[in-house]
Amino acid sequence: MFEGYTLAELGSIFAMQGFAGLILFSVFVLMALGLAIIFGQMGVINMAHGEFLILGAYITYFTSNFFLNYIPALFSAYFFVAMALAFVGAGALGMLVEWSMIRHLYRRPLDTLLATWGLSLILQQFYRSVFGAREVGVELPQWLIGSLPVTDVIEVPINGLFVMALTLMITTAVGVLMYRSRWGKQVRAVMQNRVMAGAVGIDTERVDRYTFGIGCGIAGVAGSAFTMVGSTGPTSGQLYIVDTFLVVVFGGAQSLLGTIASAFVISQAQSTMEFFLSGSMAKVLTLLTVVGILMLRPQGLFVLKVRR
Amino acid sequence: MSSDHFPTSPESDRPESALRRKLLLGMAALPASALLPGLLPRTAYAQAPATSAVNTTGLAVTDGTVRVGILHSVTGTMAISETGSVQAEKLAIAQINEMGGVLGRKIEFIQEDGASDWPNFAEKAKKLLVNDKAAAVFGCWTSASRKAVLPVFEQYNGMLYYPTFYEGLEQSKNVIYTGQEATQQILAGIDWVVKEKQAKSFYLLGSDYIWPRTSNKIARKHIEKNSLKVVGEEYFPLGHTQFNSVINKIKLTKPDVIYAIIVGGSNVAFYKQLKAAGIDLSKQTLVTISVTEDEILGIGGENIAGAYACMKYFQSLDNPNNKAFVQAFKKMWGENIVIGDVTQAAYLGPWLWKLTVEKAGSFDVDKVAAASPGIEFSQAPEGYVRIHENHHLWSKTRVGKAKADGQYEVIYETADLMEPDPFPKGYQ
Repeated sequence: MFEGYTLAELGSIFAMQGFAGLILFSVFVLMALGLAIIFGQMGVINMAHGEFLILGAYITYFTSNFFLNYIPALFSAYFFVAMALAFVGAGALGMLVEWSMIRHLYRRPLDTLLATWGLSLILQQFYRSVFGAREVGVELPQWLIGSLPVTDVIEVPINGLFVMALTLMITTAVGVLMYRSRWGKQVRAVMQNRVMAGAVGIDTERVDRYTFGIGCGIAGVAGSAFTMVGSTGPTSGQLYIVDTFLVVVFGGAQSLLGTIASAFVISQAQSTMEFFLSGSMAKVLTLLTVVGILMLRPQGLFVLKVRR
Repeated sequence: MSSDHFPTSPESDRPESALRRKLLLGMAALPASALLPGLLPRTAYAQAPATSAVNTTGLAVTDGTVRVGILHSVTGTMAISETGSVQAEKLAIAQINEMGGVLGRKIEFIQEDGASDWPNFAEKAKKLLVNDKAAAVFGCWTSASRKAVLPVFEQYNGMLYYPTFYEGLEQSKNVIYTGQEATQQILAGIDWVVKEKQAKSFYLLGSDYIWPRTSNKIARKHIEKNSLKVVGEEYFPLGHTQFNSVINKIKLTKPDVIYAIIVGGSNVAFYKQLKAAGIDLSKQTLVTISVTEDEILGIGGENIAGAYACMKYFQSLDNPNNKAFVQAFKKMWGENIVIGDVTQAAYLGPWLWKLTVEKAGSFDVDKVAAASPGIEFSQAPEGYVRIHENHHLWSKTRVGKAKADGQYEVIYETADLMEPDPFPKGYQ
């Protein structure tokens, strides 16, 4: 499969594909981080994750239109406002959902699958009724468009760099929050043993609600970022959900580090294979490999050693 | 084919222009009448032929009305695409009713939701034919849904008007295909790009299912027949959102033309990433047969400006038929709406059916099917169309160049109508 390329070309191919893989990696991490918190830490299978993503995307669409129509001078900065609003909006909806639905189902984790799947259908229909069935186009500020040429074949898309920087920031923030803060300690305590955590004075209901809210909020930010690379329509969220679960389960649900590692492995493998095979074939091989590894290691790549 | 068979003179030269005047009058009166259909004088009613004469097979036809079906997805993933078709069909039906209906009967429609689920399409088709006795059905979008309903229409002898451009390789007495089949859409476009851009090498892209694969097969055959080169061919799962790898390949192989048949939401990702990767469509020629004005709404005009699309209809077509159509469409469905190729093809359905029924003098499906070949509709927004013996339409192929405002500028059209050829020899 390498025939027909010179050594120099192969060099730039691997450099380009490596970078394409890094962008894919960032996208995967952004998608999966919110789910990893909700699924990994809380044990809730959130089938509506994609719809929270798209909520963030729609909020971005509205913010961009608002800026275009009312304060066009500040248009180049709208993306930051949009991301903040997406976090707050998706997070608030997440907390509402937790309060009205999820908290009644903590003892029956499998039922959350059905409940959130229903929620995803409701949200899709809601988007369709409110925003229309057609996809909407989100305009990008000028500084996010274009690419930086490195050599004459290698060019680095600026929005790819932006997504990577964003991923790095959010991942660091989540890491600090979960493992270096008092609140993170409470979260982990509640997830390991809700009754005992309550007994030592942790407000478990509040912890649950905020955890779910933050997970959904991160999904919203991811959705906001994806308006740069993907489509925004009522059912676009469905495009992401399979990949997202794949990343989280492959990495080992309880481990944030595992999520990141599995996102890296899957994205790089897929990116390289996509070049030498076809897009569909790369996807098939990736899925087969993941299935194979999960058969040998059902708990995922990384797993926390905890007493159950 | 020789052009003398197929008039290419301006439509206004033809006797049917009286019909168009009536049509325009009807459009002007439309908004009020769409709201108050019951208050309309039933002028055409008096000279209507007896029901027993025009309906011998038990269809839902009364002295005053005839019932048809609209069968599209208004929920699920295909709702994005099929919404325009539903709107166009409703507009056509409203306009026909405005002009007095079909054989003196107002069209009533029953709308069913295919819900983007192919078995469900078959179920609803059966319901429309068996329970509702629909005289005709306007519907379907994907080939998968059409394949699902085809046996139903053949078994229960229904009439389907199918609006989407598609891969061909099909023909049925019970279906009129109002979109283009693959050869009509592809051959002229490739010839154009070869001639205009001196293109020598092509990179073929597509979503991974039957229509893009068949279309690319025909494209490749045609390219190689002209001793030009295909430097790459690649398919992606539906809904794929990461195109960085293939964009890198395109950069490396430097094809003269990117030939893209990516479908649906994936297009948004593809064109955004193309632009982000520094591929400038004003320098790199790209030809698509799958991006209409509808998709550009999601892609964003600035991301696709400069690309060429090859299909039979663009909203910007400059002729009086189309101006009236666009105006009526916007009046009914809103100023901001855009009209793509398939929407126009869907609009043709009720009109072709009306003309055919009136030629046949009967609503009976067998008679309508038999009367279909040769039916001409010179008020079509795309100009003039005619039904071929194989139940597809003779139509022109046009090339449009995408502009940043989301519209196409028509820069080329075939001089003559192209003959539909659903089973092309040497291209399968």
